[in-house]
Amino acid sequence: MTATAVSGQAPDLREPKGWRSTKNRIMTVLMVTSFVLVIIPLGFVLFTVIAKGASIISWQFLTGSPIPPNVLPAGIGGMWPAILGTIEITALATVMAVPLGILGAIYLNEYGGKGWLAALIGFMSDVMTGVPSIVMGLFIFSIWVLHFGYSGLAGAFALGCLMLPVVIRSSYEMLRLVPDSLREGAYALGATKARVTVTVVLPAAIGGIVSGSLLAVARAAGETAPLLFTILTVTEANTNVFSGANTSLPSQIFSNASQPYTGAQDRGWGAALTLIVICFVLMIVARFVTARFTRYSR
Amino acid sequence: MEQPEQNVVTQTEPQTELPRAAALQDTRPSDVPDSPGASVFDAKNVSCYYGSFRAVTDVSLTIYQNEITAFIGPSGCGKTTVLRTLNRMNDLIPGAHVEGDVHYRGESLYAKDVSPIAVRRRIGMVFQKPNPFPKSIYDNVAYGPRINGQRNKGELDEIVEKSLRGAALWDEVKDRLKNSGLSLSGGQAQRLCIARTLAVEPDVVLMDEPCSALDPIATGAIEDLMREIKQRYTIVIVTHNMQQATRVSDRTAFYSVLRNEESDTRTGVLVEYGRTQQIFGDPQDTRTQAYVTGRMG
Amino acid sequence: MSTAVKADPAVPAGSASPLSTRRPLGDRGFQILALASGLLVLVILVLIAVSTSQQASSWFSAEGLKIFTNNWDPATNQFGALAFIYGTAITAVIAIIMAVPVSVGIALLLNEVVPYRWSRPIVYVVDLLAVVPSVVWGLWGILVFAPWIQHIYASIASGVKGVPVLDALFGSPTSGASFFTAGIILAFMITPIVTSLSREVIATVPQIDREGAYALGATRWEMITGAVWPHSQGGVVGAVLLGLGRAMGETIAAALVIGASPVITSHLFAPGYNMPAVIANQFGEASGEFRAALMGLGVLLFVFTIIINVLARGVVERSARRKRGA
Repeated sequence: MTATAVSGQAPDLREPKGWRSTKNRIMTVLMVTSFVLVIIPLGFVLFTVIAKGASIISWQFLTGSPIPPNVLPAGIGGMWPAILGTIEITALATVMAVPLGILGAIYLNEYGGKGWLAALIGFMSDVMTGVPSIVMGLFIFSIWVLHFGYSGLAGAFALGCLMLPVVIRSSYEMLRLVPDSLREGAYALGATKARVTVTVVLPAAIGGIVSGSLLAVARAAGETAPLLFTILTVTEANTNVFSGANTSLPSQIFSNASQPYTGAQDRGWGAALTLIVICFVLMIVARFVTARFTRYSR
Repeated sequence: MEQPEQNVVTQTEPQTELPRAAALQDTRPSDVPDSPGASVFDAKNVSCYYGSFRAVTDVSLTIYQNEITAFIGPSGCGKTTVLRTLNRMNDLIPGAHVEGDVHYRGESLYAKDVSPIAVRRRIGMVFQKPNPFPKSIYDNVAYGPRINGQRNKGELDEIVEKSLRGAALWDEVKDRLKNSGLSLSGGQAQRLCIARTLAVEPDVVLMDEPCSALDPIATGAIEDLMREIKQRYTIVIVTHNMQQATRVSDRTAFYSVLRNEESDTRTGVLVEYGRTQQIFGDPQDTRTQAYVTGRMG
Repeated sequence: MSTAVKADPAVPAGSASPLSTRRPLGDRGFQILALASGLLVLVILVLIAVSTSQQASSWFSAEGLKIFTNNWDPATNQFGALAFIYGTAITAVIAIIMAVPVSVGIALLLNEVVPYRWSRPIVYVVDLLAVVPSVVWGLWGILVFAPWIQHIYASIASGVKGVPVLDALFGSPTSGASFFTAGIILAFMITPIVTSLSREVIATVPQIDREGAYALGATRWEMITGAVWPHSQGGVVGAVLLGLGRAMGETIAAALVIGASPVITSHLFAPGYNMPAVIANQFGEASGEFRAALMGLGVLLFVFTIIINVLARGVVERSARRKRGA
């Protein structure tokens, strides 16, 4: 099948017929289909949660307390204990994990260099992001709850362990993007390394670091498994996050999901909607921060 | 074609005698037929745009069969852009489009029902940096025939050997066809890419500065190859090396840059096109003269 | 994670080590603080291993190798866990089989097909998938999806009744909450991570290789198989392994939709159980050796996921290094 034209015969430049172009088109359709296959369940879930949850959400639902027994219909009591629990436990976890994560990333990027220790820590940090959340819960149970009892603090430890490697990784990527010329300018003025890092490098990367941390917070807020054995789901609001059992939105959803009573299920949908809204808002804020405040991006 | 107001060439006082490019001694006048063969490409008033930026303006020329045509000129003059219009590779760049028309053996390349895939099957391309696939040498060369439906192992073996011989690479790799294409040296890898192109039996081979990443010995091997295969193919080569153009090409097109003062943009333009001996020995345009005698570019 | 190579301008020339006393105290303190934070990762991992194994030790010593038998009966103090290991493997495999083609398809779509302007909304949608918390997937799964898909399972089961292999896989018993349902939900959940990693890998394929394939007259699909895939297959394998690890460890969604039935069966539409699910469901009321057994399942889960993650990261590192070197 030579292509050299015999003189006088015009070349056929039309679409190659047959299997090749058909196969190409089929593959393109398959690729688009894979995207559609993703939209469908996502749309389904969001639609269901919004439809079923919206009718439950009310001021009473969001601020009422305590959480009623499962048999009771929605409208009595409310989810405030769970909302409060989610807020205080996640906030405590964030306060512990984010600074430590940023410091760890600073070690890896600014001090670690090519040493074996930094390589090991970086590698194991990535591996740690794959540790199942329930294992974190069991870990904190073994090491803390057995000695000090259930508390929001224990839950925060477990969530913090989940967040730590994620914050380290995203902060590390952001610090890496800060150009060396910035650091050198500061050193040339006689600043110490700590000062350069804290006053020059960190502010330059702060946008990306904040948005990465917000995404970690969103993930932590939605986690159930680490809280199962650390906070012991209760129905009364507990403002003391450091002692006494607690509850959270994901915990409530989990316990309500397996209930046969419609009241409990309704409350589950309402809580799910609340939770999704919280995670969603965090994600949008993270994107906003990335768009407006990130100076150095890939 | 309007006279450009200002271009990048600076005029110096004319010398009494043009320094003769030493490489001109390499051209053998008898090789260039006085009357050209069939026309392979016919470009008429071709302008190339990237979005709204006009990269090349108003190029008209004809490429003839079984000749080696060289595109030369300073950087940014659009010679690669024009080359890539000949096999519709610019289609891959978003926002790129072409005005004017390019005819290939009588058929318009940019007509509506023309398939770029069919075009590229007939008009192959070798790139500046050798780009063998991360596959074995055999699979690299067999890739083209395979996608065109050739499955028979015996015939594939034949095609692979023929193409590698045609690219003067067979003797060096015949015992290690299963090795990765990435394991070859620069000159060998480039010849592999040429073999890969020859394997689909194209009509035309376009070359975009094929030797610029190679050492002089590898360059010489590629140039020998070009002279050998031009009997069966038509070759268009972009090069920034004038000596190379005089060594291998039959015809030369010289491009230059037009500078637009208001918008501070540069647009490529075809200045002069003719037989290589004439372009280098007796250039008609002063810009050509300045370039080939080394005063600019 | 590659680490940067740079001379450290903060170390005064001539000092013996970065911790030489020539540096001010605050500077050294900060460095120690940063180092300690980094070490925290290693410390936590070691503590996890140690503390959970300790809690599970009574199970390990009581059962020994019998933990790998299918003999789970808390009432009679039997704790052979094979059913859960089986369930974990099966649901993870189902999830991977479904999620990988879809994720790689989306990654290719984003890199090769879609013009840049349209890629952002597509990426947003995939990220949205990741934002949905696991428990919400579970809630929807058990209250909406399972009842619906139960009918589909039933019709498939009656359709393949009697057919040799298919009946074993897809025949009765069927239930909305089952291995297969858990696999589907897990597939939804791991798609974002496999997609984003595959995307990264595919984006590093040099453009000039794509052009080389096109210049030979290849269609887009032929270009993908010829030039893109050989470069990215290593990285995609790593992404798949990571997805596998994530699927194995995902607890809550599985706990709600898997059916809570510790059996080993080839019938994918039947209710089953897996390691994280049984821990989540039963740990609260367990005590003594039961609790130790559940803790031991946690240890096994930890070990499996660590191994898979190390493999996955290793594969990704190696293919990235080979690309840089080649």
